[in-house]
Amino acid sequence: MGGGAAGAGLAGRLLGREENFLPAGPEDMEVEARRVVTLTLNGKRMSLEVESRETLLDVLRGRLRLTGAKRVCNRGECGSCTVLLDGKPVYSCLLLAVQADGREVVTIEGLAQGDKLHPLQQAFIDEDGYQCGFCTPGFILAAAALLQENPSPSLDDIKAGLGGNICRCGNYQKICASVGAAAKSKGRD
Amino acid sequence: MSKPFIVEDPNLEYLEAARPEGRPQDAPAARPAPAEDFKVIGRRTPRIDGAKIVTGRARYTHDLHFDGLLHAKILRSPHAAAEVLSIDLSSALAYPGVKAALKLREGRVRWAGEQVAAVAATSEAAAEEALALVKVDYKVLPHVVDDLEAGRPDAPLVADQANLQPFNAFDRGEIDKGFAEAEVIIERAYRTNWEVHQPAETHASIAKWDGRVLTVWDSTQAVHSVRDALARVLQIPAADVRVVKHYMGGGFGSKLGLNDHTVVAARLAKETGRPVKITLTRQENSFCVGYRPSTRFTVRIGAKKDGTITALHMKNLNCGGVGRGDRCSEPFVDVYRIPHLKIEESSVFVNACGSRATRAPGHTQATLALEGAMEELAAALKMDPLQLRRKNYTAKSQGDTSLPYSLKRLEDCYKAGAEAIGWGRRNKAPGAGSGRYRRGMGMASQIWPGAGVPGTLAELRIHPDGTIEVECGTQDIGCGTRTHIAVVAAETLGFEPRDIVVKIGDSDYPWAPISGGSLTTPSVAPAIRDAALKAVDYLKGLASPKLGAPPEDLALGGKRVFVKAAPEKAVEWKELMKSIRRIAYFHGERAGHPSDTFAFQTFGAHFAEVEVDTRTGKIRVLKHVAAHDIGRVVNRQTAESQVIGGVTQGLSAALFEEKLMDPETGAMVNPNYHDYKVATALDVPEIVPLFIDVPDERLNNLGVKGLGEPPRIPSSAAVANAVFNALGVHVGEIPMTPPRVLAALKRKEAGR
Repeated sequence: MGGGAAGAGLAGRLLGREENFLPAGPEDMEVEARRVVTLTLNGKRMSLEVESRETLLDVLRGRLRLTGAKRVCNRGECGSCTVLLDGKPVYSCLLLAVQADGREVVTIEGLAQGDKLHPLQQAFIDEDGYQCGFCTPGFILAAAALLQENPSPSLDDIKAGLGGNICRCGNYQKICASVGAAAKSKGRD
Repeated sequence: MSKPFIVEDPNLEYLEAARPEGRPQDAPAARPAPAEDFKVIGRRTPRIDGAKIVTGRARYTHDLHFDGLLHAKILRSPHAAAEVLSIDLSSALAYPGVKAALKLREGRVRWAGEQVAAVAATSEAAAEEALALVKVDYKVLPHVVDDLEAGRPDAPLVADQANLQPFNAFDRGEIDKGFAEAEVIIERAYRTNWEVHQPAETHASIAKWDGRVLTVWDSTQAVHSVRDALARVLQIPAADVRVVKHYMGGGFGSKLGLNDHTVVAARLAKETGRPVKITLTRQENSFCVGYRPSTRFTVRIGAKKDGTITALHMKNLNCGGVGRGDRCSEPFVDVYRIPHLKIEESSVFVNACGSRATRAPGHTQATLALEGAMEELAAALKMDPLQLRRKNYTAKSQGDTSLPYSLKRLEDCYKAGAEAIGWGRRNKAPGAGSGRYRRGMGMASQIWPGAGVPGTLAELRIHPDGTIEVECGTQDIGCGTRTHIAVVAAETLGFEPRDIVVKIGDSDYPWAPISGGSLTTPSVAPAIRDAALKAVDYLKGLASPKLGAPPEDLALGGKRVFVKAAPEKAVEWKELMKSIRRIAYFHGERAGHPSDTFAFQTFGAHFAEVEVDTRTGKIRVLKHVAAHDIGRVVNRQTAESQVIGGVTQGLSAALFEEKLMDPETGAMVNPNYHDYKVATALDVPEIVPLFIDVPDERLNNLGVKGLGEPPRIPSSAAVANAVFNALGVHVGEIPMTPPRVLAALKRKEAGR
């Protein structure tokens, strides 16, 4: 059992803002080592109090209700919890929330510009680069990081770039085609 | 809750539902599939809910939250066999945040992972910590997890009956006579191991009571089945239970029917008066919710020198833990003309969780054995393996002894597939190559019912503003069912799929079968078509006086009703609906099909090319062609994805996947994605999906069949046969791990 399940139940608190994020935890619970973390999340700077043992994934899903990043293996084996940390893809289940302090985090919810989808998101729709869709946010963010580094990847580059993500439905061929199509459409922009 | 410890074959319901003869035939006759060219059906339609998925807005059961939500965790037996003498919940109940705890099992536990107790708390962490405070007194008993060990007379009994039980038998003709007629006889063994579904979204349920009404959000393939089973187990009226599933992260059979933990969530929610969520961990998902049962086949097959099969004798030892496993007879009985056939299957019980239906239960294992034997027989006859299959081709079911197939385009699959892979490039004699890296090609045929379930219901509504809404109690398990429904409604009414509002995944909606067994499209699409055709008649009736033309001279398109001969004479759809000032309802039903006069099956053929490193035993699949006869294709884009997924899963099972048990502790030793290997992007070759795309006009009003299981059935077998063609020896067991490949090469060297 990973330690990741830690603090999903504790009341989240956004400092400097009025709203509370759905307090779900016991107020009488003994709390060790809480810390305030300040980060830029999907372009917005925010501070929130977390338990030191909480993973970034559990803070995103449990406190902030950003449920695009998925908890599939909870131990760094499948990539479904992938987010971008300062532009690099990371498994948010293996990262403590306190490690994101002072850094920039992008989740799938922050990839589109308003109503305009990111070229990768559009390509995944056009090419059917998913089936059940559960692993899709992780694949898209891993692919976004790949295209940042290598704007015109070969098929082998794409496969290697996505080698840390598992699609149990097995639609890799179309996922890779989606990334290839997005690279081409970006090239045209 | 107590239940019989032997899990009744979970595939029975699955397969019975898949068989047309298991369902009522009294529904009205199907309207024939129209001959005109469709504009939307058959073309590539992107999913109508794609934007939700790619932006993270699609809400899965894992993602749902409610005010006051409690999280529950389940304490599971660490012992494969034990007597639970006592359970003490007092310390757990006293732990901060804990709101309720339940004893789930006193008496025998028969597998490591069986539910013993549960705790609900205000956080997952608190629930998990409290679980450690539950005191359980176990009397540990001897166990057995190996199928061959369990079959020995001195093995610990898993049940109160012998571990080894006869399971399935079938006879056709006279087996001795058949072998006496044979000029070539071979006998081979094939083995498949435990393959775990491992869906990305682990099983999860949220239960919430509102007075006497229970609502459950469940990661399930079957909202209606879960509703009915929950009502039965909790002894409450089915009408007071609602099961909802909007999005689901994969199931592959492991989410058919009610799960034990869902009942626990409902009981804890009742006791606390708060909503309760249970999300299984990856570890629990690995050993508590089923897997594909293992098999040990012996296949003896005899043929004339010209390839005419005279006899086949199949024996199989099935192992599905405390469950009965899969019947694997059907492909043997049906695919080829085998006049003298004998099937003898038995099950052996071991101390492991019961197996569950896994994408194409029985057929997948059987196809590895049957098609392996075909490939090896062809080699013994020095015959092209494709030619051997053609030589024993059938036009009627049950190996040419029963009803004629309504439509069988397997020969077209052979032709298209062989051409796409370049079948002429294969080793004419298996193992003919030389050097460290050997290439080979293999193939396998596929059969699966996929006819759908008569009586499936849907409702189509047109609002006064012209909005079209379709409701059906089916569920999208990743195949694109929402989009298929929109495609059929849009085609029929002259709209675009994105204009249709589709509501599914709720047991309050009209009845539809489980999403499993390739049932969904051939059940649901005809019901939608039926409702939409009624709407067409209604709209033409409304438009007729306005256009001054009889209804039969009218057509629908571009959101208008117009006169066929003079399309400029038209009335806007919106104007028509505005005039009636109420919602118009259209009831759709999937009609019966003539299963007393015709057999309905899907067919397919896969062709694989591999390269084997004879020094390391590592196999690389280079190309995989999958040709399928599934009637009319509804959405080419999602159909391709289904095939690519089925091939990838088959490749993964053929090369990597195996649930490993520790005989000493009786526990699974690889309950995660790291040690239980599944294929990644780096492992898959170019996959070529091909569709014959000919409607089966007798089956339903669209001529559509199912596609869920077909691409999974021959995929592992084709890869195994390609390895045989490369090496000249069949590995005989999946997964074909490097040690097994090297052992097969040693066998070949030793001439065994």
